[in-house]
Amino acid sequence: MVNITINGMNVSVPEGSTILQAAQQVGIHIPTLCYHPDQSIKANCRVCVCEVEGNRLLQAACSAPVFEGMVVRTNTPKVLEARKTIVEMILANHPQDCLNCIRNGACELQTLAEELIIRDNPFELMIRGYDKDTSTPSLFRDPDKCVLCRRCIEACSVIQSVNALGIEGRGNNAMVVPSLGKDLIDSPCVMCGQCIHACPVGAIGEIENIDQFLAAVADPETIVVTQIAPAVRLAIAEEIGMATGELPMDVFVNGLRQIGFDYVLHTNFTADLTILEEGNELLKRVKEGGTLPMFTSCSPGWINFCETFYPDLLDNLSTCKSPQQMFGALVKTYWAEKMNISPAKIFSVSIMPCVAKKFEADRPEMRDSGYKDVDIVLTTREIGRLFRQSGIDFNKLPPSNFDSWMGAYTGAAVIFGASGGVMEAALRTVYEVVTGNTLEDVNFTTIRGFDGIKEATVDLNGLEVNVAIAHSLSNARKLMDQVRAGESPYHFIEIMACPGGCIGGGGQPITKRNQKRIERIDAIYLEDEGLSIRKSHENPEVKVLYDEFLHEPLGHKSHELLHTHYHDKKKKYL
Amino acid sequence: MAEELRIVLRNYGKIDPLNIDSYIAQGGYKALEKARGTDQKGLIDEVKKSGLRGRGGAGFNCGQKWWFAYMAQADQKYVVCNADEGEPGTYKDRLIMQNDPQSLLEGMAICAYAIGADKGYIYCRGEYPYVVDVLNQAIAQAKDKGVLGDFDIEVRMGAGAYVCGEETALIESIEGSRGEPRFKPPFPPAQGLWQKPTIVNNVETFANIPVIVDKGAEWFAAIGAPDYPGTKVFTLTGDINNKTFFEVPTNTTIREIVYKLGGGIPGDRKFKAVQIGGTSGAFIPEADLDTPVAFDAMAAVGATLGSGAVFVLDDSRDIVDVVTRIAGFFEHESCGKCAPCREGTMRTAELMEKIEAGEGSIDDVALLEKIGRVMSYSCLCGLGQAAPTPVLSTIRHFKADYNAKLL
Repeated sequence: MVNITINGMNVSVPEGSTILQAAQQVGIHIPTLCYHPDQSIKANCRVCVCEVEGNRLLQAACSAPVFEGMVVRTNTPKVLEARKTIVEMILANHPQDCLNCIRNGACELQTLAEELIIRDNPFELMIRGYDKDTSTPSLFRDPDKCVLCRRCIEACSVIQSVNALGIEGRGNNAMVVPSLGKDLIDSPCVMCGQCIHACPVGAIGEIENIDQFLAAVADPETIVVTQIAPAVRLAIAEEIGMATGELPMDVFVNGLRQIGFDYVLHTNFTADLTILEEGNELLKRVKEGGTLPMFTSCSPGWINFCETFYPDLLDNLSTCKSPQQMFGALVKTYWAEKMNISPAKIFSVSIMPCVAKKFEADRPEMRDSGYKDVDIVLTTREIGRLFRQSGIDFNKLPPSNFDSWMGAYTGAAVIFGASGGVMEAALRTVYEVVTGNTLEDVNFTTIRGFDGIKEATVDLNGLEVNVAIAHSLSNARKLMDQVRAGESPYHFIEIMACPGGCIGGGGQPITKRNQKRIERIDAIYLEDEGLSIRKSHENPEVKVLYDEFLHEPLGHKSHELLHTHYHDKKKKYL
Repeated sequence: MAEELRIVLRNYGKIDPLNIDSYIAQGGYKALEKARGTDQKGLIDEVKKSGLRGRGGAGFNCGQKWWFAYMAQADQKYVVCNADEGEPGTYKDRLIMQNDPQSLLEGMAICAYAIGADKGYIYCRGEYPYVVDVLNQAIAQAKDKGVLGDFDIEVRMGAGAYVCGEETALIESIEGSRGEPRFKPPFPPAQGLWQKPTIVNNVETFANIPVIVDKGAEWFAAIGAPDYPGTKVFTLTGDINNKTFFEVPTNTTIREIVYKLGGGIPGDRKFKAVQIGGTSGAFIPEADLDTPVAFDAMAAVGATLGSGAVFVLDDSRDIVDVVTRIAGFFEHESCGKCAPCREGTMRTAELMEKIEAGEGSIDDVALLEKIGRVMSYSCLCGLGQAAPTPVLSTIRHFKADYNAKLL
C-alpha cells in the first residue's frame, strides 16, 4: 500500500493506483473527459490535472501513478484555471446547439461546463465546419462536435477489431475519420454502434426514425405494429428513471400502446422460431456433412463483420434470418392473413437494442413479404425519448397484455439478449429433439456470463457437440481465425457483435461500464427463471404457426420467408 | 574565456568521415574497448559522475537515465539516438553525423553495453537523407570491422513532423504509428520502444560518451559549469556577423557567444534580443546577456538551452511579427493529441495575428498570457509545454512592442 495526501486527507491505496483512483477512495471527484473506466488511459484532454507537490507541471490524475508521500491538491487556483481554460477552448470549438443535440442532458462536455462554472467564454466561437456524415442508415457522425478524446477509436479498434476509425490531420486539423477519410458507409464500419457508447458528446449517434413513427401513428389508415427485442425491456427502465429490469413487461406493453402502437407483439416469438429453424439446420448440417462449424446469424453487426472480414466463411453462417427479420416477413404474411388486415396497411416497427438493425431492415433482400418486411427500427433510446415525450408515469400505468399471434414467448427467447443465450436456447431444444428425453435442468450456466469466449461440450446421447460463444468482435475474430485456419474444434458458434450480447447493444441506454452490462445480463436470466415455459419448441403460438402456415422447420415456406443469403463485402483496401 | 573547446567536434575536419580507419587512427573505438572491460555498474557510475546531462533539451543526468534502464528487468532493451534535429536554426547533430559518424556509433555501443541492449536505432530527421547515407555507410563499415560486436544499429527516417523529436513520439514513429507523444510515466528507460526499456539520447550526448570513458569522469566534470559540465555546440543565425557554429564550455556567457565568438551584430546595429534553444526558446533581453549557457543558469532567467540554436535580433526587428510567425509554426506542428496544445497553439496564433494586424486589445494580451501559462504546465508533452515560451518571454521583456500595436 502507498500512503498519500489528497487535499490534506491521508489515504492508503494499492501500489500502481492513479491519483484519480485514490481521489475516488476519499470521495473527491476530479472532472474528466477522455477518461473511460473500461478503456486504456489516454490522458489527452488534460481536464483532470492536479497539483503534485515538488512538480512544476500539473499531473493528469487519470494517468499519474501515486508514490509514497505524494502530496496532491485537486482544486487549487492553478488547477481550476487550467481546467477551466482547457474546457473553454474545447467549447469555443464546439457547436453551441446543445438544445437540439441528441445528447442534450446526457453529455459529458455539458456536465463539465456546468461543473467548471463556465459563463462568459473569452474565446471566439470557431466551428470547424465539417460535413455531418449520414451515409449509413444506422449511425451518424458529426465531426464538428468531436472533442478528440479518441474513445470511439478504441471501441472500434480494440473492442471490435474493426478499425473503421482513425485520426487524420494534426494540430487543430486533427479529426477522427473513417478509413481513408471516406464516409462511414465506405469504411469497414459494421454499424454496431459501440462508438456511440464511447462518445462523451453528440459527435456520434443513432440515425433517428422517430418522425417516421409519429407520421405513421398520425395516419388513421395505417396499422402500426411493433415487435420488442428481448434485451429492451430490462434496459428501457434506465431511460425512465427506474433501476435495470424494474419495469414490468406488461406495463411496458401499455406504455407502447400509449405512444400509439396499434398492436404490440414480441420478437421473442420469432426468437423461439429461430431456435426451431436454426436448431434443425444445425442437425441437418451435422447429419448430412454440411459446412461446420455453423455460426449464428441473429446479430446484424456480426453479419456485417463476417461479410466484410471473413467473406470466405459465409457458408458457415446459418441461413436463418434474424428474429427481427423473421418477424417482419411473417407479420405482413401470416399475421396479416390471420388478422384479416391488408399487409399494405401495416407499418412494421421493431424496437431494438441495436443500431445495426436499422441497416439490416434496409437490406434489399429483406422484402420477402412483398413489402419492406420491417419498415423502421427504433432503438431502446428512441423509445425512451418517446416515453419521456408522452409524459407517462410508469409507476402509475396499469398493465396490459401482448396482442395475440406472435406475442407469446418462452424463457429461451428471453435469454437471446445475453451472450450465450442463443446457444443455451438452442441446446434446450436440440437436446430434446435429438435424445427424445426431457431436459430436467434447462440451465446451461457454464456458457453464461461476461467472459469474451466461452465453450462447452454437450453430450446428446453419444453425439458430442462442441460449442463456443463469443461477444465483442475482437473475440469473434479469434474464433474466426481458428475456423479459417481449419483448426476449429467446434460444431456451433454463437457470435454477438456487442459486449455482453444485445444487452450491450449500440442502441441501448448510453453506458460506459461493463458493470452495467453485467447487471443487465443478470436481469435477463431472472426474467427467464420467472417464466413457466422455457423451451422454444414448447411455445404454443409457434406450434400453431407450424401447424397452420409453415408446416415444418426448413420447409418450403420457411425457406421463402425465414432464410436468407449473404454478400461478400470485403473492401478493396482490406 | 570565450575559447572554443571541441569535445564532440573533436574530430571535425581531422578525419575522413566515410572511412572508419581514419576514426580508429584518431583513437576511435578505444573507449568502447575500455568500456567493455569495465563492469556495467562501474561504467554507468562513471557516466553519472561525469555529470553529463542530456543535450537534447531536458538536461536529465545521462548516467542516471542509463541506470534506470540497466535496472529494468527485460528480455530486450533498446538504445535509440534522437537525430530528429527539427529545430529551425539548429544543425549541430548534422555536423556530428556528417563529420564524425563513428563517434555517435561508439557512444551508442557503449550505452548498449552499459544497459544490456543489443539493438539500436538512429531516428534521423526526414530532411536529412544525405546524412542517412553517411550513417548507413558508417554502420556498414563498423559491422565489417566487427567493432560493434553483437550490437546492431538501424537508421530510421522521420517524415518531417517536428513533434517526433519528442522521445516518446519518436518511439511511436519507429513503431510505425502516428508520431504522437505518450504520457509519462512510464518513462522510456522503464517502458519505451515496444514497451521495452529504452534509452533515448541526443546525438550530441552520445558523441560525448567515448571521450568521457576515455578521459574519465573527473576530467569531464571539471569542464564548464559544475551543474552542467562539458561543452555545448551552438549554431548562430540571425543578425550576427559569424553565422556559424561553436563548441564552448558551459560557463561561457551568452554575451561572449554573441559578441566574441559571433563577432557582434552587422552594421553595428543595436542588440534587441536573442532566442536560444530553438523555436520554443525564450527571447533574452540585453539585461540577461551575462548568463552562462548552462542548464540551471538559463532556467534561472526563464530560458532554456534546448538545441543550442542562437538566433540574434537587432533593433530593427519587429518582435511581435517574429513571435506571430513562431505561433504559426506551433499551430502547424502541434500533433493535436492533447487538448491544451491542440486548441492553445491555434488560439495563440489567432491572437498573435490579431495583435500583429493592429486589431488586438490589452485583453487579448492577457488572454495570451493565460493560454501560455496553462499550456506550460498542462500539456502532455514538451512541445506544448514549451510552445508558449516565445510569447510569454516577449510579453515579459518587450511589452512595449506589444503595446505599440494594440488598439
